Amino acid sequence: MANSHQFLSRRLHSLLGLFPIGIYLIFHLLANHQATKGPEAFNQAVGLIESLPFLIVIEFVIIYIPLLFHAILGIYIAFQAKHNVGSFSYGRNQMFMWQRITGIITLIFIAWHVWETRIQFALGNKELNYQMMADILSNPAMVVFYTIGILSAVFHFSNGIWSFLVHWGITVGPRSQRLATYLTMGIFVVVSFIGLRAMAAFIQ
Amino acid sequence: MAEKVIHLIITRQDSPDSAPYKEEFKIPYRPNMNVISALMEIQRNPVNATGQHTSPITWESNCLEEVCGACSMVINGKPRQACTALIDKLEQPIRLEPMRTFPVQRDLSIDRSRMFDALKRVKAWIPIDGTHDLGPGPRMPEVERQWAYELSKCMTCGVCLEACPNVNDKTAFIGPFAISQVRLFNQHPTGQMNKHERLEALMEEGGIQECGNSQNCVQACPKGIPLTTSIAHMNKETTKHAIKKFFFS
Repeated sequence: MANSHQFLSRRLHSLLGLFPIGIYLIFHLLANHQATKGPEAFNQAVGLIESLPFLIVIEFVIIYIPLLFHAILGIYIAFQAKHNVGSFSYGRNQMFMWQRITGIITLIFIAWHVWETRIQFALGNKELNYQMMADILSNPAMVVFYTIGILSAVFHFSNGIWSFLVHWGITVGPRSQRLATYLTMGIFVVVSFIGLRAMAAFIQ
Repeated sequence: MAEKVIHLIITRQDSPDSAPYKEEFKIPYRPNMNVISALMEIQRNPVNATGQHTSPITWESNCLEEVCGACSMVINGKPRQACTALIDKLEQPIRLEPMRTFPVQRDLSIDRSRMFDALKRVKAWIPIDGTHDLGPGPRMPEVERQWAYELSKCMTCGVCLEACPNVNDKTAFIGPFAISQVRLFNQHPTGQMNKHERLEALMEEGGIQECGNSQNCVQACPKGIPLTTSIAHMNKETTKHAIKKFFFS
């Protein structure tokens, strides 16, 4: 197995992107979407999550460890490519490039977002509730940053589903791969709508 | 009226280690020329566009009918065979460059031996030698033969490696063609008997996991080989092999 560790780590990278990270992203955006029903509904959703037993263990196993693995190997993969959309402007080559660009943007966004919310909460500087996000998004620059961050994360996730289907040999022929392109871009539109609508609910 | 000329801008390099430079040529037009016959014209009269005498261009070519793959080069930004690049169909000035994914030997001549090494690594052949007569091999279904024939058209020209963003000096990726060759030999009734060896070679460093699905290879392949279908198929086969190996051996 020694010489196939690269194979295994790349397969793991592909798997973790969807399970659990992708699932967590959907869950996170849906929980945020509660804010559209008012601050109380959002605070209630946050309270429900905080009441989970062994929450810190769940956070590490479901989020932090898979995300760190995916991010570190992802940086390596992203900077390995020599982009050539200038000579090969085909759709999938553009997606190949954007998958890497959005991956890096998402990583920067998530690092900032975790620092500003989860870590500040852990340090006891702030309370985790509707007001915390409303304060952050009272700055118009932050609204732009969050919009770019959410769109990048959702694109990376949606297009990542497409790659996952190829990497695991589920969509093999060109017809199924084309259908997967339409479906995953549909997912991008729907999930982006949920994410941005949730963000808008925090802007007062 | 001025005589019609063909304007060529060629990226040249005098030795494997020297710096590349561009040289322009203007050669008389004849109908039905291809890039090879234009290069032969320069060979006959090695004078550049400024009228200076220069060394003739070095390039490789053999079959002149797009089956050997030797004359692959980057023509107007796209890697392809010079023999089927017809002057009448190309936009001028015609820019010729070597495929830099490979070590350049001189001018447009490159060293594609890394492709041969990749074929050796994935054991892209069918072992049939024994110490005694093994008898006739198993028959192959006609439907399978038909698509296997498409895969067998690969001429190791290197265009898919040049088009691939993941084949570069930062990776060890063997390239799309080798993955497709594994699919070809692994479905052959006799080749199947050694399929695990080829699958394991694909899972080593620089193997199938380096593919990032930009799908340039299938667009660039001059023989229309369904490279991305082969890659996705081998993704499934290597994953199945890894799972079997982990749980059952």
